[in-house]
Amino acid sequence: MQQAGRFSSLLQLFVLALSLFVFQPVALAAEEDNFNVGEMIMHHIKDAHEWHLFGPEHGGTSIYLPIILLDNGLSTFSSRHFYAGHPVKVVNKETGLTIQYLKGSGPAKEYALYHEEIYKLNKAGILEFKGEHPHNAQPLDFSITKNVMSLLMGAILILLIMFSVAKFYRKNGAVAPKGLAKFFEPLIVMVRDDIAKANINEHKYEKYVPYLLTIFFFIWFNNMLGLIPFLPGGANLTGNITVTLFLAVCTLLVTLFSGNKNYWGHIFWMPGVSVPMKIFMMPIEIIGVFTKPFALMIRLFANITAGHIIVLALISIIFVNKNVAWAGLSVPMSLFISILEVLVAFLQGFLFAMLSALFIGAAVEEAHH
Amino acid sequence: MDAQMYGSIAAIGAGLAVLGAGLGIGRIGGSAVEGIARNPEAAGKIQTAMIIAAALIEGVALFGVVVGLLGGAK
Repeated sequence: MQQAGRFSSLLQLFVLALSLFVFQPVALAAEEDNFNVGEMIMHHIKDAHEWHLFGPEHGGTSIYLPIILLDNGLSTFSSRHFYAGHPVKVVNKETGLTIQYLKGSGPAKEYALYHEEIYKLNKAGILEFKGEHPHNAQPLDFSITKNVMSLLMGAILILLIMFSVAKFYRKNGAVAPKGLAKFFEPLIVMVRDDIAKANINEHKYEKYVPYLLTIFFFIWFNNMLGLIPFLPGGANLTGNITVTLFLAVCTLLVTLFSGNKNYWGHIFWMPGVSVPMKIFMMPIEIIGVFTKPFALMIRLFANITAGHIIVLALISIIFVNKNVAWAGLSVPMSLFISILEVLVAFLQGFLFAMLSALFIGAAVEEAHH
Repeated sequence: MDAQMYGSIAAIGAGLAVLGAGLGIGRIGGSAVEGIARNPEAAGKIQTAMIIAAALIEGVALFGVVVGLLGGAK
């Protein structure tokens, strides 16, 4: 297929994409001798108080994000006071394993950081461990963590793009668009027609289109940002179950608040069946109101997190075998999975919006008879 | 040599969940393709229905994977 432009064939584009992915292993930490795959993967999946850019995990280059704690008053300080300090090593008497945690210095000297969670030091100035977890109290943590920062950056990106698209139409009216609007118009029309209009009542769907557009673009953009291994991407935002919980709760609230008499009637007193069946179905339907957003939450979280884990595990093949020649196997496999992840990013956004539209449609449906 | 991978029943459980998903989605894909072959004009609608059904099944399979992860991790 001859195409005009820099890439005269799809093969050249593929080879270029493949070569860019060679940098993905370099973007990971250059570890010392003991390379623990599980720990490395967890470190990349989980939220953190610093944004690690390159270099070894402790002591490399990172952006130290602000920590905001509510503990009898507001304390704000940079996480540098944890990460630039010295780790405290403690041997767990029960299992014999060495646990390492970071004790704060300066304004953070009453706190310690263990597995990216902040604990208050007890009177002796140490963390007491019960089994795997510290037994100390925890302050309320409102910090700007990696996920919060990624959320803010994703939100700014969406706002910039959407305001630019809106400005085009405001200036030029309802004409064939050019530029950024040209790329986004088919997507916005798809959400309006195939997602909203197809699933929600013909006369009522317009009210819900802004919510569905927000859900779709938020999830899609943040999924895509999660696939980019360097700033501004690389934070596993939509793979954080708290974030997907919030999105599912939003859908739940929109559904509950737009439920009409017919919807609640179907839940509590299902029409068209005998009375014993009505009473039998009532608890099932009530639980059903909550399991549907729960499934939305788990679906998005597990899809995105599993995708990231697979890509990280495939790249770790090189590090586990300690031989760069394994890159010949690892990089094409990671590339293939990453292409699949791009599809999954779009699909999960589309699906979340589509299922939300289905639930809203069921809530505003008029009785058939 | 220090990459410690230990097997667990949780991993087998997750594998079984994935097996179920593979079978289910495979059947959906087969029926969808057959439907498109019979009626090429309805390809768009069939494709949309296929994607929704596949994603719902995948959601259920991922429940199993998440339970497997929870069971395997400490």
